[in-house]
Amino acid sequence: MSDAPTTEQLTAWITRFAELVHEHRDELTALDSAIGDADHGSNMDRGMTAVVAALTEAPPDDPAALLKKTGATLVSKVGGASGPLYGTLFLRMAGAVGEGFAPALRAGFDGVLARGKAEPGDKTMVDALGPACDVLDAGGSVAEAAQAAADGRDATVPLVARKGRASYLGERSAGHADPGATSTAYLLQAAAETLS
Amino acid sequence: MSVGVVVVSHSRALADAAVELARQMLPGRELAIEVAAGMDDGSLGTDAVAVSEAITAADSGEGVVVLMDLGSAVLSAETALELLDDEVRERVLLSAAPLVEGLVGAVVVAAGGAGRDQVAAEAARGLAPKEAQLR
Repeated sequence: MSDAPTTEQLTAWITRFAELVHEHRDELTALDSAIGDADHGSNMDRGMTAVVAALTEAPPDDPAALLKKTGATLVSKVGGASGPLYGTLFLRMAGAVGEGFAPALRAGFDGVLARGKAEPGDKTMVDALGPACDVLDAGGSVAEAAQAAADGRDATVPLVARKGRASYLGERSAGHADPGATSTAYLLQAAAETLS
Repeated sequence: MSVGVVVVSHSRALADAAVELARQMLPGRELAIEVAAGMDDGSLGTDAVAVSEAITAADSGEGVVVLMDLGSAVLSAETALELLDDEVRERVLLSAAPLVEGLVGAVVVAAGGAGRDQVAAEAARGLAPKEAQLR
C-alpha cells in the first residue's frame, strides 16, 4: 500500500495483532522457555490487551496519536525487553505514518535497531522486521512483507542468540525460533490481513 | 540537596532489599532513593513510565544516577529518558555498575554531598573491593 494508512486501518491492524498474540500466547512463551525467561507470550499478551483497552476507552483521532498511544502503553505494560522494543517501534512509526506504511515501518525498525543494538543474525525480532521492511521499500505488498517476516523467523531457528536473556544460554539457544522474531511475524501477518 | 539515586529492577523485592542494604550505610542521613521495579500486578518486569516517574521524584536539581539490574531494566531506563523533559534528562546518568555493589558505593558518596559524576564514578568502581579481596 502506497497511501498513508487511516486510523481505522491501523486500529484494525493493532487489534488483529492483539488477537494473534493472545491466540499464540502459549506458543510464544514455550519458545521463550526454551531459550529465554519464559515470559514473552504472557508479557506481549498483557501489553497488547492493555493497548486494545486504551484504544477502546478513548479512540485516538489520527494515525499518529493512535501509534503513540500504542507505543506508550507497551513501554509501560509489557514488562520485558519487548516492551521498550515494540514500544519504540510504534512511537517511531507515529512520526512517519503520514508518509505511508512502508516509511513508517522503516522508521520504527530504525528505532528498534537503536534501542536494542541488535544486528541481523543475532536471533532477534530484527531478523523478521528487517526483511519485511526491505520488501516494502522495494515496492512489495504487505502480504509479501509478511511472508518475508515469516521466512526471517524460520531462519532464526539454527542461530545462536547474541542478545537478551537467550545470550546467556549460548549454543543451547540454537534449534528454536526466536520468540521476538515469531511475534514480529504475527505483527506482519496482522498487517497483511488488515492493511492490504 | 544531594544527587538522587534510582533503582530499576525486574523485582520489587530485589530492589527494596538492595535499598535496605545500601541504607544501612547511611545511619541518620537523608537521601532520595527511588525504586521502579516489578509490574503493577506483582509480576517480574520493568516499566519505562514508572522509571521516568522515579527519576522525576528523585531529582532535586542536582542530578540523578540510575542503577539497573539487567536486560529490559536497561532498555526501560533508556526509554524512560525519552519520556523526560529535556531539562531533567540532561541531569540523568545511567550507570553500568553492578546493582548491589554500585548502589552501596553510590549512596555513600551521594549522601556525603558528592556531585552526579562523582556518584556515578563511585558506583562504577563498586566491584573493586570484591575483586581486591578475591585476587
